[in-house]
Amino acid sequence: MHAHLETQTAFRNGLKTGAVPPGITAVGDVERRFSVYRNTVAHSLTDALCQRFPTVLRLVGDAFFRATAGVFVAENPPQSAILHDYGTAFPEFLAGFPPAATLPYLPDIARIEVLRGQAYHAADALPMTAQSISDALAAGPEERGLTLHPSVRVITSDHPVVAIWAMNQPGATPRPVPPEPQAALMFRLGENIPVVGVTADTAGIVTRLLAGERLGTACADVPPQVASVAIGLLIQHGLIIQVTQT
Amino acid sequence: MTTKTTTLALALIGACVSVTGASAQDMEKCFGISLAGENGCAAGPGTTCAGTSTIDYQGNAWALVPAGTCEDMVIDAAADGEKRMGSLEALERDLPA
Repeated sequence: MHAHLETQTAFRNGLKTGAVPPGITAVGDVERRFSVYRNTVAHSLTDALCQRFPTVLRLVGDAFFRATAGVFVAENPPQSAILHDYGTAFPEFLAGFPPAATLPYLPDIARIEVLRGQAYHAADALPMTAQSISDALAAGPEERGLTLHPSVRVITSDHPVVAIWAMNQPGATPRPVPPEPQAALMFRLGENIPVVGVTADTAGIVTRLLAGERLGTACADVPPQVASVAIGLLIQHGLIIQVTQT
Repeated sequence: MTTKTTTLALALIGACVSVTGASAQDMEKCFGISLAGENGCAAGPGTTCAGTSTIDYQGNAWALVPAGTCEDMVIDAAADGEKRMGSLEALERDLPA
């Protein structure tokens, strides 16, 4: 008999190496049955990545994606029982994966897909009205912080990722894109997560607000009009849920 | 309070005023949101039991090159003057030893 923990550890090792863990029995050929089990684990995690990263899948094609996912899966067993958290490390993996090095934008496309998934599952929150935000900021916005909706995510890329992402959605046609870098804001809108192209300045302000900086600091490097555009965008989409005293 | 303070306050309050009255419907229209159902994958995978009995656990498949829509997405020459796409030559150069 083996202790539960030992059995689990041996089983996890066995998934990696193929060695049948001690104490595991099966009707029939145990080695063959264990390799079926291993394959099922690899196959289902690969399928999970296919569903999690449909844009990356479309960009690189099924064969390349599944082979890439196979390598990732072997090196990255799930850390959590929550399957929609699986693959958070995939963008970083792609960035260091030599066969994908010819597509330098690929890791950021994968990041967009991770961020959209997080946004989709984020908590609900009621937005403040423009009027109440205006009232709260009237006395001097510099010292105020803004709590943004839990679904708000932002990406700043060196590549035209908004265009590439959009052109690879179902029904869209990919074509050559100009090399300009792009940034995007993502948030939950109904049941969808739009990827809204924004300026690098807006992305910077949102990033700093998300990090908890007060408005005076978050907007310190840009002209007031630029700050106005960024905050206006957040208000327009109902993404400010609280004005805080800092 | 500095002049800059006043300017930021005015700018932000201006932002509040300018969006007052915009309805949720207007917002949706201005984004070209993709059709319902097309982005279900963003939710992450469900809990499907994709079992298979094929034994193909890990092949050494690295004769592969990216061969999806990336071939239609050649990015115009960037600052370094290099066109970027998945090409066989480039891949051979980058292959791990």
